[in-house]
Parts: sequence; C-alpha cells; structure tokens
Amino acid sequence: MATIDIRSVSKAYGGHAPVLTDIDLSIRDGEFIVLVGPSGCGKSTLLRMIAGLEAISAGTIAIGGRVVNDLAPKARDIAMVFQSYALYPHMTVAENMTYSLRLKKTPRATVAEKLEAASRKLGLDAFLARKPKALSGGQRQRVAMGRAIVRAPKAFLFDEPLSNLDARLREQMRAEIRKLHAGLGATSIYVTHDQVEAMTLADRIVAMHGGIIQQVGSPLDLYDRPANLFVAGFIGSPGMNFLPGRWDAGARAVRLSDDSALPVERAIDLPDGSAVTVGVRPEHVGLGGDGGLAAAVDLVEPTGHGIILHLRLQDQPFKALTTDRRYLTPQESVRVTMPADRLHLFDGNGDRIA
Amino acid sequence: MRAIGTLAHRLAILVYIAFALFPLFWLVKVSVTPNDLLYSEGIRLWPSRTTFEHFRFVLAHSDFPLFFRNSLIVSLATAFAATTLAGFAGYALSRFAFRGKLTVSGLLLVTQMFPLVMLVAPIFKLLSPLGLTNSLTGLVVVYVAFNVPFACFLMQSFFDGIPRDLEEAAMIDGASRFGAFRQIILPLTLPGIAATVGFVFTAAWSEMIFALMLISSNEKATFPVGLLSFVSKFSVDFGQMMAAGVLALIPACLFFLLIQRYLVQGLTAGAVKG
Repeated sequence: MATIDIRSVSKAYGGHAPVLTDIDLSIRDGEFIVLVGPSGCGKSTLLRMIAGLEAISAGTIAIGGRVVNDLAPKARDIAMVFQSYALYPHMTVAENMTYSLRLKKTPRATVAEKLEAASRKLGLDAFLARKPKALSGGQRQRVAMGRAIVRAPKAFLFDEPLSNLDARLREQMRAEIRKLHAGLGATSIYVTHDQVEAMTLADRIVAMHGGIIQQVGSPLDLYDRPANLFVAGFIGSPGMNFLPGRWDAGARAVRLSDDSALPVERAIDLPDGSAVTVGVRPEHVGLGGDGGLAAAVDLVEPTGHGIILHLRLQDQPFKALTTDRRYLTPQESVRVTMPADRLHLFDGNGDRIA
Repeated sequence: MRAIGTLAHRLAILVYIAFALFPLFWLVKVSVTPNDLLYSEGIRLWPSRTTFEHFRFVLAHSDFPLFFRNSLIVSLATAFAATTLAGFAGYALSRFAFRGKLTVSGLLLVTQMFPLVMLVAPIFKLLSPLGLTNSLTGLVVVYVAFNVPFACFLMQSFFDGIPRDLEEAAMIDGASRFGAFRQIILPLTLPGIAATVGFVFTAAWSEMIFALMLISSNEKATFPVGLLSFVSKFSVDFGQMMAAGVLALIPACLFFLLIQRYLVQGLTAGAVKG
C-alpha cells in the first residue's frame, strides 16, 4: 500500500503537441481513484507512465514517497490489469497467476498458499489447470485480477479492464472490484471512459480532457458541482442540457435566445449582459404544468425504468428524463420547467459560476 | 447444393495436389526404373519392372553421402544462424522506435532486388582473400547474408501479431525486457520460428548458383552441385540422378514433419479477448 504523488507531469512525443500538460495529483494510501475522460484525453498515457511503460517527459511521479521516474516497471512494485487481459496464452491459469511470484524466486509453499487464497477469493479454483483460451471472458478477467492480487503490490492499476465484457457481466465485475478493494484496501488507479463505472467505483474521480485535469473530486461533487462545461457534459447519462443565454443582472435571471427569463436564486457576480450557458440535468427537468417553456417532442425512448424524451427547445436539442409513464408522442408539444436550485451556470469560458 | 459445393471444393484441391506433386512422382518413378526399360517402354505411369539398383549404386559407389553431409551441415548452420539473427532483428523492428528504422527496412528490401547471378563475381572477389572460397563456412556466410532480410521481415510480422500488452504485463510482473522476450514472446513465436527455419533451410538446401561458383573441390560440394556429376559429356544417368534426388528429398520431408506442429497456428488464441 502506498501513496502516489504526481508533480507537474507532462508528456510529449518529440515535435508533437503535448499529450499531457502539467498534471498534479496526490493519491492517498488505499484510495480508489478513477481517471475518466473521452478517448485521447491522456488518461491511459498517465496510467502507463505510473506503470513505467511510458517515459516521463517532465515532472516527477513518486510511489510510496520514492521517485520512480527512472525505475523499470519491474522495480516499481505495482500490478496492472489490461483491457485485453494480456494473459500468457501458453501458461495455465495457475502459472499465469504465479508468474510474478516465481520470477521473484518465492518459496514454493508460499506461492501455493497465495495462489490458493487468490483463486478462492475470485472463484477460480476449478480452472487453475486450464489455459486462457478455454475460459470465458469473465473468467479471463478474473485471472487477470488474480495475477495482480497474488503479488500484494503497492498499487493496482486498471486500464479499462471491463470494456471487453458484456453489460451484465460488467455490472457484476464492477461490484466485485469494489468489494475486492474494500477487502484489500490497496491504492488503486482505474482508467475508464465510462462515466457510470467512474461514478460507482471511485473514491475520487479525476476528469480529464485534452491532456489536462478538468476536475478532481468525489463522484457526487462532479455530478452536483461540475467545474466546467466539459465535466458537466461528460458526467451523467443522459448528458446535461445546455442552453445559451445572457445574464440579466436586474432581473437576476438568464435571458434565453427568445428573451424568456430563467430566474436564478443564487447571488451571482457578473456584469449585466454577459454571455452564459445554463445547464440542467434531464432528470431535473419538470414536464407539464402551465409555466415553463414550450418544447416539441422529437423522440420517445422508454428504458423501462423511465422514459428519455428527446425534445426541441428554442431550436436546441433538449432531453428530459421522467419516471412518470405518461404517454407522449412525437410532434406533441409539452411545457418544460427548470427548478432554479437545479440550474448550473457557466461563463463565456465554460467555467462554473458560483 | 452444399454437398455439391463441398465436393467441387475437395475435387479442386485434389486436382491441384496431383498437379503439384506429379513431378515428384515422376522423380520416384524414374529412380526405380531399370536402365534397360527407361527408353524402351515409352511413357508409362509405372515401369513393368522396378529396381533399387540406382539407390544402391548412389549410396555405395558415388560421392553422394559426402554431398549429402555437406548439404546438411550448410543448411542447418544457415537455418540456425539466419533465424537467430532474423529473430532479434525482427523483434527490434517490430517493437522499438529508433532513428533510421525506415532506412534499415528499406535497405533490407533493396538487398532482395538483385538477381543473385549479378552478385556471384563480387562475392567471389570478397571471399577469396579471406580464404572462404571452396569452404562450407564461406557458403554459410553467403547464405545467411542472403536469407536474413526476408527472414527478418517474416519474423517481424510474427512479432507484430503478438500483442504488446503481453510483454508489458510480463515486465510489470517483474521480468526484464529480455526476460519477457524469452519467457513470453519466444514461446508464442514458435510457429513463426518454425516457418522461418523451414524457409531458410529449404532455400539453403536447394541453392545452386553459389554452391557451384564458390566450391571447387568434390569434397566440399553440396548435393545440388553433386547432382551435376551424374551428367557426363556424352550421357546423363537419369536413374542414378533421380535416386539421388529422392534421397535428397528425405531430410526436407523429415524436417517439415518435425516442425509442422508448430506451423499450425492458433497458439496465441486466448491471449486477448477472442
């Protein structure tokens, strides 16, 4: 178990635009950190730099207080679970799981003991003599986890470990990873592009975009108080609705393009007439009633649990999520309301206001 | 309809195999035909009387066993050396980014562009002062040089087929880069190594031009050159020549039998999501 300190780390491949810019992140001992962002945001590169698979262009990475910049992966005492599982195809499950221990010349009895403990924990007892190709995707995934667990490393790194599994299995493995972490208490860094995984697994989420950390915080922090338009749009499904408008200081409201006013209750320090973007989550949108704004129904998506309504509001796409099974049909018009305390406001640069 | 399709498919394969193997069949047929029947019976699929006299003569009274030994030494040494070199070079080309990588690849390709005949004289000129003419070592050096580029591309493509994740996982598990190569990548490349060894071995086994030009004495001749000794000024002893040819096929066949189980692909199945 160890802390991981990342100080002003950058990564650039000779002559190209930097992949990561000035990353600062302190990970506490035993913390479960999720790096989340769209593909190409640099999250995997950051993970690979921690693992030692990519060179660090600038800055330092320290694991357990020791700077590891120039250490080979094998000297860093970390374990990694790959998206492809990366099981050694010519070795049995048992050999796969004990490869690292055998490399370290661990006494045979200890190896057997650790293998037994890990395989029992993961329910792999019956498969130890099999080769990876004789396993299902979920079992392979478990072997990959087992390979990491037997080592009791300083930190676990996960590189999109669930993206090759089907939805049901993914949900199940997600819960298992969380339980495993609770049991082992090991510092973990988990990379994913799936915001649901990020929300459900993380102690803290690190949202990344364009090689820059956009926000670090607990899942609910990011959900309730996204720092900017990127985080607001990325976290949550279906994604947040955005409407452009202008700040009317006198009315303490946002004027939308058709001059209708959305009152905002909070005290906001903005010059009159500044451009703002209003965000509201689909699940917070109210439907029906007399007030509110007029919208037309484009598409109705029943999910069983609720209904996702694709609307057009002032010629902008706009989504609403309702658990009310009211029957709405395309082309129908509906009034939408947005509660003042549920509105998110972003300035012209896309940063959160208040 | 499907049954007919399958039948046609099998039939097409059969026809092809018959077509490809017919010269070999003819080789065997002539090798067992007694000399007096060779020209007297006309074209027949099988002679009315067979004999192993040619084989007996070739093994007991000709230099063929010597040619055979020379060929075996040269081919095995070439296959071993070329595959080892190509293995390391192919791994580097597949996995490492280094300056001049494209140039190296390009130069390797350039070496494949010249007809060998063009190079015989300069190579003779180079090897002569080194004392490598009329020597099996010289022959091995030349064969290795000519086979490494292609073998290198071959090995590179096999390494390319193995996911990088595997050696990265091994390196995180505590292996050095070379350890990961030896314990993880090499076992998975066995089919590729077998194919490369087979390719280089047969190339060296059947090479004629350099063997003919660089070797001057009978003791150092390889078997393709030795075959020519059955051609004299006034006649060709087809029976003995064909018998020698059949014997020369044996090591090649044995060799492929030995490596064929590695040639069967699918060893990497299950490494990553299938």
